[in-house]
Amino acid sequence: MSAAALSLTGPARDARVAGLLSRRRKLVDGLVKLLCIAATAMGLALLASILFTLLFRGVSALGLHVFTDITRPPGSNGGLLNAIVGSLVQTMVGAAIGTPIGLMVGTYLSEYARTSALGNAVRFVSDVLLSAPSILIGLFVYTILVEPFGGFSGIAGCVALAVIVVPIVVRTTEDMLRLIPTELREAAVAVGAPKWRVIVLICYRAALDGIATGVLLAVARVAGETAPLLFTSLGNLNWSLSMTQPMSSLPVTIYQYAGSAFDDWVDLAWAGALLITFGVLALNIVARVVLRPRA
Amino acid sequence: MSDVAVLPFRPASRRAAAFGDRLFAFLAMSAGVLVLVLLGAIIVSLFIGGWPSFRAFGLPFLVNTDWDPVQNVFGAGVPVFGTLVTAVLALLIAVPLAFGIAFYLTEIAPGWFRRPVGTAIELLAAVPSIIYGMWGFFVIVPIMGDYVEPFLTDQLGDLPVIGGLFQGAPFGTGLLTAALILAVMIIPFIAATMRDVFNTVPAVFKESAYGVGCTTWEVMRSIVVPYTRASVVGGIMLGLGRALGETMAVTFVIGNTNRITTSLFGPGNTIASIVALEFPESQAGSLKLSSLLALGFILFVISFIVLAISRLLLRPRSA
Repeated sequence: MSAAALSLTGPARDARVAGLLSRRRKLVDGLVKLLCIAATAMGLALLASILFTLLFRGVSALGLHVFTDITRPPGSNGGLLNAIVGSLVQTMVGAAIGTPIGLMVGTYLSEYARTSALGNAVRFVSDVLLSAPSILIGLFVYTILVEPFGGFSGIAGCVALAVIVVPIVVRTTEDMLRLIPTELREAAVAVGAPKWRVIVLICYRAALDGIATGVLLAVARVAGETAPLLFTSLGNLNWSLSMTQPMSSLPVTIYQYAGSAFDDWVDLAWAGALLITFGVLALNIVARVVLRPRA
Repeated sequence: MSDVAVLPFRPASRRAAAFGDRLFAFLAMSAGVLVLVLLGAIIVSLFIGGWPSFRAFGLPFLVNTDWDPVQNVFGAGVPVFGTLVTAVLALLIAVPLAFGIAFYLTEIAPGWFRRPVGTAIELLAAVPSIIYGMWGFFVIVPIMGDYVEPFLTDQLGDLPVIGGLFQGAPFGTGLLTAALILAVMIIPFIAATMRDVFNTVPAVFKESAYGVGCTTWEVMRSIVVPYTRASVVGGIMLGLGRALGETMAVTFVIGNTNRITTSLFGPGNTIASIVALEFPESQAGSLKLSSLLALGFILFVISFIVLAISRLLLRPRSA
């Protein structure tokens, strides 16, 4: 049997045309692959460029005074201590408020309302909130906590960050709880455990790594948020840990300093940017590399 | 699972167990309802906050291009224009690159290479927005102003129809630079979504295509993309949703001028950037603040629609 007899389509019968066509297809394939490699290389180059810029401009500005002095007027050798502490406080409190709520919502979606209409609505809204512009969360908290109570406050910043934390924790909690085999739950129910104890003692334990990953990613996300804090905790150039006063934060301070005309402020902004980026990336890497394989 | 074997078993009374169950179920459902209330509260609070402005300016608020705190006349025309233009331009730049990255990560890269490269691309999404702003302002803006924009003016500025887009003073800041930074920021989101949906294509489909002699690109074009089309569009919409509401990065590089220009190099603003910039200079209760909240309401409606479509398209296909 000849090759031509086996061929289903017409044009390929001519050996010369077939050769040309095959060469053309391979050429197109190679070209597309090359472009894809170039696109990926470009993505990696962008990341490298950002990290290199931060290292280049940030390391030279980094010194002990950044961690030991609070923000001062330009030219007087200030640091970022109040901004760093303010950021830590607001991120921690925000995560502490948002995590239990997100955990309960995730539990509700996975254990109580997998297919109910209310469950689907909650899942949909939570997913939309996950990508909603964070500046709007800031405006929202401004209208409910800042305007009525007559001033910017640390707690308003914490609440804004908590609103951002919730949908992130919801997503990972639900996904992780859904991975737990039904048999595990059935085994616990069979020895007489009530449903809530099954969830708390069995499901949460089995999904602990995954849930912790979600919380870490949420912390990493809100640690760098600037826009929601502009309208809530505002920023404070003095040392203050009062939850009812405006509170300083690293991203807002970076924003104010980077756009200023003073060289020492711009340098401090780079130092702050270096700290926050490597902090956030480190949290991400810990969450992905250390916790994920066991989840 | 040794954890499970040591489950502390205390035979509680049936009544106590039932109460515990009801309480826990109630707490879980309340948390769920709270999420719905949260969304409702965001919409209502922005609408109420923006109401004085909607009442004062009516529907023309949407297209009015004035932003005049002295005369107390405000309109959303320029920021809405800037938001849409930068977001769409960002998509035009980001989608082909994100597709290339997703294609590379699912079909081309050697197996051991996929995870580290994929993680690196995802890390690009984790970099805070304000860092993109600084990087854009100190690194990209000079490059755009010194090289890219003069080059584009030379090459394309004299063309009929589209030439006007590439004329004007090359300051480096402006709509095009903002779109470029936005593109870099949404590439990882789109690429990660595309990679995940490309991976859902059953191997047997691809193997059949390879079996009849298809090249990798032909498998991609004829099998993978048609199979995942809805989800791919969903991923793109997700990126669009992100681009519409991005604040800090855009504020740094867009030039912040309330003017509609015909050139892509011209300065402009977006809803998010004007809110971030004008907010500190607005008195509580003023018409200006109300207009900013009204802008927030408009942005919320636009991004809600985009994100809702994205979620509907990204729903896992029912088996």
